[in-house]
Amino acid sequence: MSDDDLQASDYPIAEKRPERVAGARGKRLEDITVDTVVSGNVTMDDLRITPAALLDQARIARSVGRAALAANFERAAEMTRIPQEDVMRVYELLRPGRAGSKQVLLDAATDLRARFDADQLARFVEEAAAVYEKRGLYRNRF
Amino acid sequence: MGEHPDYGANRWRRSDDWDARPLRMDLFAAEDPESGFSAFNGATDPAPGVEIIGGEVVSMDGVPAAEFDMIDAFVAAYHLDLDIVPEAMAIPSEQLARMLVDMNVPRTDLVRLAKGLTPAKLAETVAQLNAMELGFAYSKMRARQTPGNQAHVTNAKDDPLQMAADAAFAVALGFDEIETTMRVARNSWSNALACCVGSAVGRPGTLFQCSSEEAEELEIGMAGFTSYAETVSVYGTESAFVDGDDTPWSKAWLAAAYASRGIKMRCTSGAAAELLMGFHEAKSLLYLEARCLCLQRGMGSQGTQNGGIDGAPLASSIPGGVREILAENLIAVWLDLECASGNDARHSESDMRVGAKIVPYLIGGSDLICSGFGSILKYDNSFNPSSFNGEELEEFLVLQRDFEADGGLTSVEESRALWLRTRAIEAVSHVLKDLDLAQPTIAMQRSVAAASGSEDTDSFTPGDATVISEAVRDRNITVLDVIRSLHRGGFVEEAENLLFLLKLRLSGDYLQTSAVVRDGKVISAVNDPNDYRGPGTGYRLTEARRKELAAIRNVLSREEVLRFEAASKAEESARIDYRTMGPARKGDDPTEVVVGLSPGFGVTMFKTLAGDPLSSVLLAIRKGIEAEGGVMRVVRLRHTADTSFLGLSAARLAGSGIGIGIQAKGTAVIHHRDRLPHNNLELFSNAPITGLEHYEGLGRNAAVYARGDAPEPVVVKTHGEALGARFHARVALLYAIETAMTENNASPEEINLAFKESGDE
Repeated sequence: MSDDDLQASDYPIAEKRPERVAGARGKRLEDITVDTVVSGNVTMDDLRITPAALLDQARIARSVGRAALAANFERAAEMTRIPQEDVMRVYELLRPGRAGSKQVLLDAATDLRARFDADQLARFVEEAAAVYEKRGLYRNRF
Repeated sequence: MGEHPDYGANRWRRSDDWDARPLRMDLFAAEDPESGFSAFNGATDPAPGVEIIGGEVVSMDGVPAAEFDMIDAFVAAYHLDLDIVPEAMAIPSEQLARMLVDMNVPRTDLVRLAKGLTPAKLAETVAQLNAMELGFAYSKMRARQTPGNQAHVTNAKDDPLQMAADAAFAVALGFDEIETTMRVARNSWSNALACCVGSAVGRPGTLFQCSSEEAEELEIGMAGFTSYAETVSVYGTESAFVDGDDTPWSKAWLAAAYASRGIKMRCTSGAAAELLMGFHEAKSLLYLEARCLCLQRGMGSQGTQNGGIDGAPLASSIPGGVREILAENLIAVWLDLECASGNDARHSESDMRVGAKIVPYLIGGSDLICSGFGSILKYDNSFNPSSFNGEELEEFLVLQRDFEADGGLTSVEESRALWLRTRAIEAVSHVLKDLDLAQPTIAMQRSVAAASGSEDTDSFTPGDATVISEAVRDRNITVLDVIRSLHRGGFVEEAENLLFLLKLRLSGDYLQTSAVVRDGKVISAVNDPNDYRGPGTGYRLTEARRKELAAIRNVLSREEVLRFEAASKAEESARIDYRTMGPARKGDDPTEVVVGLSPGFGVTMFKTLAGDPLSSVLLAIRKGIEAEGGVMRVVRLRHTADTSFLGLSAARLAGSGIGIGIQAKGTAVIHHRDRLPHNNLELFSNAPITGLEHYEGLGRNAAVYARGDAPEPVVVKTHGEALGARFHARVALLYAIETAMTENNASPEEINLAFKESGDE
């Protein structure tokens, strides 16, 4: 079965298709037990969702007519590659008045593409940059 | 027209009575659309419409694309499905409104059309439904079939011991999600750790969130303590959005950020937020909410916390405000969003307004009926008092039982509640000590276990919690450290439960619409979709669930009534003997009043509903009769248990023609031998509030009637007690016992009373 065939009957994936589920370092669900946690073999990275899992959920969401939710999962899949500081830095820039000019947001978009191969997120930021310009949001708030 | 007299009254005192009721603490606002005070008809609400040229939206709801504000721009780009717009917008809103309440139109058809409807069209459609239709349509359109509920778990001291104990109780009640927040902002990590441990006691799978500042909330989530978030607020006007320090793009960024960390997320919006913030643009509450909700669907949020929320009290001050809250919730589910349907911030001081508001959600079901049911006492709720709180929990449980409606909760036995609290306190205390975060004492633990709220505890203070919180954060303690610590302390089941929740992140199954965990499995709108198509479809109670809802505390049964009577029997047999002397004769003493006892009087039943021993009642009656120069004679009647016939039968045996009929539960009547059965002289029907002084008065009056005089009837004063609610279950059981003892044509028997204690016979 190809990835694209995932649908509602494959959900919940952890029950129906457990072979597709693994943590960010490749640990499978059955490898993560209280015993392995206690013996120190499990880190928080092993409990991080992977882009593959998010894309699987996106496919399921699309299969039941939830394209907008799927698109969010796809943006999230890209975001799994971005460290927390950068996620929060771009969030901060997207808030009103934080970016002093359109160029600051465009630079952030370029950075997202270059460092994290995050094209959808980059386009999303570029789109915000254009709307903010139109709406006069590059103004100081504090 | 004559002259209007002056009685010296300048006000009807009923108005004072009304002024004193809690309702009158509520403020009610005049409708004023120009000032934003309109639920459905804003002064500047636009007419619905979309113009598409060359695959581009060139205008929406009367605004040309060039003039779109951020919300318009986002909705046009991310919400509107241009393939569906022409078809959906062409359907008249009257027709859409009818489709919403037509059980033959599937939910899926309406959800598809909603993707092509603008905010103004959605608002115009739902505004045509009355409150009942809104409730019905909500029930039909909500995304997940099985209803659920969410609790607040907070306390006024940010005390981690109480936090854990209360979390464990909330989990036992069946809440699918619990949410905490802090009195002191710095205490977030401590509260998160404590609630997280408490929520792992008893069963796995309760989702947990710690409402905090955005960046910190994400960090707490990444440390594994929390599993969902609902703090991503959106607003219906651009100015309110900017004032809230965000934009649709920044919020959408957060939506993706939570998903990227495997954390369930929903947005929040509710009527009157813009009005509270001063940026309403003279639009109606409903239209602004429609914008918010289209925005949320567009950004790919799986759900929304929606329905007034913090603005509920303000929305409810406006005519139609509560109907508007239902209407906005309907738009949310029509847009296929999970709906945590408000019913949190208490919208009124009137319990009756609160009770009325919950009904459509309770009987229709909702993904999360309350987006914050206060599982703790009002004063411990660090958000705000909720519609239902620790105080009113049992009212909610009883409403579930009354309507046989699943509000997501199940009664917890007292002993079980205490066991769970103790276990949670032990677990969190161990973790605090083991991770060298704090040293809870036995005295602290004891004070928390039994405490109803933080005013009763002698435990950690907010300042103590700050020290714990900063240590958790600074030492980068994660949920894995907590799991290991629980395991070291022998709390293996709790360790397993926490890990279970953490592993849900890997598949992301609980990121789908309306996902919660039931019996260790994720259910959501994907695998438990609402398929309501009329009676017999949609969510129905199983027999097992129906029994759970029925099993509230202190339920009266026939066995219990009999046990109570059996306990009274020994006491009464020490006071009185009823000696049967053979068939009763007709008397000829003109001063004689005959008292006719019911079949079970002193045989199977021994106390009146007011709690007086029947021996004392008979003494009181005799005292009254003798005070007016009469003589009491007692007979047992076994052919009837009905008060009127008891009284009439007794009267026909009396030399005076006056009889008293009395049932074991205390209902009594004075009768005359020549009257029709139900046309008595005096009736004491309110047995639960009829005391010995009344029975004495009854005896006196009977003797006065026997003399041929007309006494002032004895009045048993009521103060509006709901006597039916207080006593009828017991009355019905008792009376059935008496009626079962009757025998057709049984003859009256002469009874000699032998009083033992007073020694007067």
